Amino acid sequence: MIDKFVPSLTEAMAGIADGATVLIAGFGAGIPDTLLRGLLAQGARDLTLVVNAAASEEGPVAELLAAGRVRKVMCSFVRAASTASRLQREGRLEIEMVPQGTLAERIRAGGAGIQAFYTPTAADTVLAEGRETRVIGGKLCLLEHAITADVALVDAWEADRWGNLTHRATARNFNPIMAMAGRLTIVQTRHVVALGTIPPQHVQTAGVFVDRVLHVPEGDAA
Amino acid sequence: MIQGRDRLAIARRIAEDIPEGWFVNLGIGMPTAVSDYIPPEREVIFHAENGVIGIGPAPAPEEADPYLVNAGVQPITLLTGAALVHHADSFAIARGGHLDLCVLGAFQVDEAGDLANWAHGLTEPTRQIGGAMDLAVGAQRVWVAMEHCTKAGEPRLLPRCTYPLTARGVVQRVYTDLAVLEVTAAGFAVREMVPGLDFATLQSRTGATLQRG
Repeated sequence: MIDKFVPSLTEAMAGIADGATVLIAGFGAGIPDTLLRGLLAQGARDLTLVVNAAASEEGPVAELLAAGRVRKVMCSFVRAASTASRLQREGRLEIEMVPQGTLAERIRAGGAGIQAFYTPTAADTVLAEGRETRVIGGKLCLLEHAITADVALVDAWEADRWGNLTHRATARNFNPIMAMAGRLTIVQTRHVVALGTIPPQHVQTAGVFVDRVLHVPEGDAA
Repeated sequence: MIQGRDRLAIARRIAEDIPEGWFVNLGIGMPTAVSDYIPPEREVIFHAENGVIGIGPAPAPEEADPYLVNAGVQPITLLTGAALVHHADSFAIARGGHLDLCVLGAFQVDEAGDLANWAHGLTEPTRQIGGAMDLAVGAQRVWVAMEHCTKAGEPRLLPRCTYPLTARGVVQRVYTDLAVLEVTAAGFAVREMVPGLDFATLQSRTGATLQRG
């Protein structure tokens, strides 16, 4: 019987190695906060985080950064008053700025087995300096490489034992594409449902992309 | 003393120019208010980068759903007929030319239509790229909502942007507290000035050379 549920946070986070690249889903909503606290407790170091924003001085991403566990962040948005910005000024963190759509597409491509693609986004900006560009269809385009990762941390609203997921409202955001791009995809879900409960046409992330699922009931975020 | 448009009045002025049927993305800040000024009988569909097609009015605070937010992470509602997609599909909308219009804020715009809206310099610790580079190159039209000058009185409409660019040659129209301008082959053309403002005064507050009409 296929059963992707794990009974504890410790088991959910087991085996994440030092040096791992970790995709962190979420955009205001749909943040896998419990799994992030699990990663903090798990202890892996020298991590590369791929996350939309590193804009805060609090919250689980900032805590991982502040604990000195992260070597590099790839993100689309950094604020001056953020832990990421402070660590970069101190020479303790590398930040790679990636336009948000390029970030999403690099992750999607990674999950889809596409090695790289050309896009006009950022082709005419400082982000393209020293990188490969070419004119395609009359437009200057920038070569962007796919992102795959050792681990993806994903949030869901409902999950069944095959790992089929739904995401509530705008909590979907990066979750389905990060689930695709992680070699080990770990999910926290608000609700556990029996196999077949989610109508097949309503599955938003298919279970084939999911490895482990942890039940984190509402109000039990950390 | 000339009474310029305040930020909401700029948003209201932009809303006047958006016709029924357009599919529109509004940037964070001043542009977000544009949707409040679209009359209910005019069907315009608003997109948010985090996967919303059909943003409705802001909810009352007690009705806010933490699972339903816009790209500025403010609570929203959905219109009847709305759709939700994941982030890659949402940016396929932006990058694939499916938006009729994107309204963005800016630090600087220049007479070639170059847009600078993510950093004040390359050493600037705040780097707010977000989805702006994708939207700027992907939308059918890019309009900018901005103050004509900085708080220190420095012009933001320039012959050439001095801040790092978001995209080159993409801005078609600029709405400021003082005027509505179009980017043409000959540079900024003044389409409209607020009452009481004359061309020479507007020119004195603009870094680029303005064209009449």
